[in-house]
Amino acid sequence: MTLREVVRVVGAEVLTEDVDLDREVACAFGADLMSDVLALSRPGALLLTGLMQPQVVRTADMADMAAILLVRGKRPQRDTVALAQDIGMPLLWAKETMFTVAGRLYSAGLNGVELTR
Amino acid sequence: MSSSPGSVDTRSLLQDSDLTKAQELVYELVVRQVMTTPVVSVQPDQTMHELGEKLRAAGIAGAPVVEQGELIGIVSMNDLINALERGSRDDPVRQWMTIDILTVREDDSVIEAVKAFASRPVGRIPVVSAQGSLVGIVTGGDITRGLVRALDLDHRSDEVSHYRASHIFQDISSHDTSLTLRYTVSPRDFSHSGEASAKVKRALQRLGGRPEAVRRVAVACYEAEMNLVIHTDAGGEVLVEVRPDRVSITTTDAGPGISDIESALEAGFSTAPDWIRDLGFGAGMGLENIRRCSDEFSLRSEVGSGTKLVAVVYLGQGNRLGRAPRS
Repeated sequence: MTLREVVRVVGAEVLTEDVDLDREVACAFGADLMSDVLALSRPGALLLTGLMQPQVVRTADMADMAAILLVRGKRPQRDTVALAQDIGMPLLWAKETMFTVAGRLYSAGLNGVELTR
Repeated sequence: MSSSPGSVDTRSLLQDSDLTKAQELVYELVVRQVMTTPVVSVQPDQTMHELGEKLRAAGIAGAPVVEQGELIGIVSMNDLINALERGSRDDPVRQWMTIDILTVREDDSVIEAVKAFASRPVGRIPVVSAQGSLVGIVTGGDITRGLVRALDLDHRSDEVSHYRASHIFQDISSHDTSLTLRYTVSPRDFSHSGEASAKVKRALQRLGGRPEAVRRVAVACYEAEMNLVIHTDAGGEVLVEVRPDRVSITTTDAGPGISDIESALEAGFSTAPDWIRDLGFGAGMGLENIRRCSDEFSLRSEVGSGTKLVAVVYLGQGNRLGRAPRS
């Protein structure tokens, strides 16, 4: 699924500039525990999280994730957006809760990360 | 550790020093890219006086001598002055030209021209094609201008820095060459936490690491860095040693130390306060993640004196850092 479709399906806002909306996300992983993201996510995945700190961007970067979708309608800290912009990590924002956002994306055909262990 | 023989200090090698870049470019550029063309040449039967007129008109200080399309010599302003001093302005160029000439090939690296200039006190060197015909001429000034132009062009080009870094170990010979990256991590500094790991990741990408291996190093390093931020009294140090086949991450701190290492290594065990958990860390997964990402792992700690963690990631077959793949 492309980021453009993600934006359309969940009515997301794009918070960073110059985002390539044709970029593909292979699958998605939702968590507020960054260590779980680091341990279990896959390269190229979309990260759904309700955390708003810059560590979210760092985590997604270290784990080679494709983009971040912030959920629950909370506004991220300014330095979070700045860091995402700086390293070129697309940052999206959705109003609804993690469960609802995940449900919409899953219904639209985006799969979760398959755990291998 | 960083001062071991053969270790490379990244401050001098990886930062964008223009000198280093110029040195690199001297090898990368080929003579064709810096030479002057078309060439002003003279014929051997022209007089020295005619040569003088030609040099003055073109604003140059020497010219190759060509007879029936073939390069047979080179003649300079110096030869002209000598001829004029002797009153030989009507002598043919043939009589004053230098026959024993240096040439460079147009597809030679610029370093060949630099070497040629160093070998003899000449001001210009004719450039020939693979077939031996004269195609241009190169002076010290041409080389300087070519380098400045290339430096300028490559100023923002990641390609060149990638090229430089990806070959860093290639020409350095020792029994054990390594590259040491050292970062200081401050305690509770969440606005900068993760910066060291991000830089390590970029460095390994530039060194030509495969994404899968780079990701393992990045994740292990990030968790270890976060541990310094979260758990230490005074912060600590992240030291990453890069060898062609493996990357060692060592974090050290001066305390407080871990009282129960066995429990600390259990997934889910954590001593982190709630505010750390609110940041998405401190769930007792960090050490487990580091261990999972690394091929070798060790943790030593003493309460009151500090903790030392070492994690080693092997790059795997066919991937060598700092060495360009054979093409």
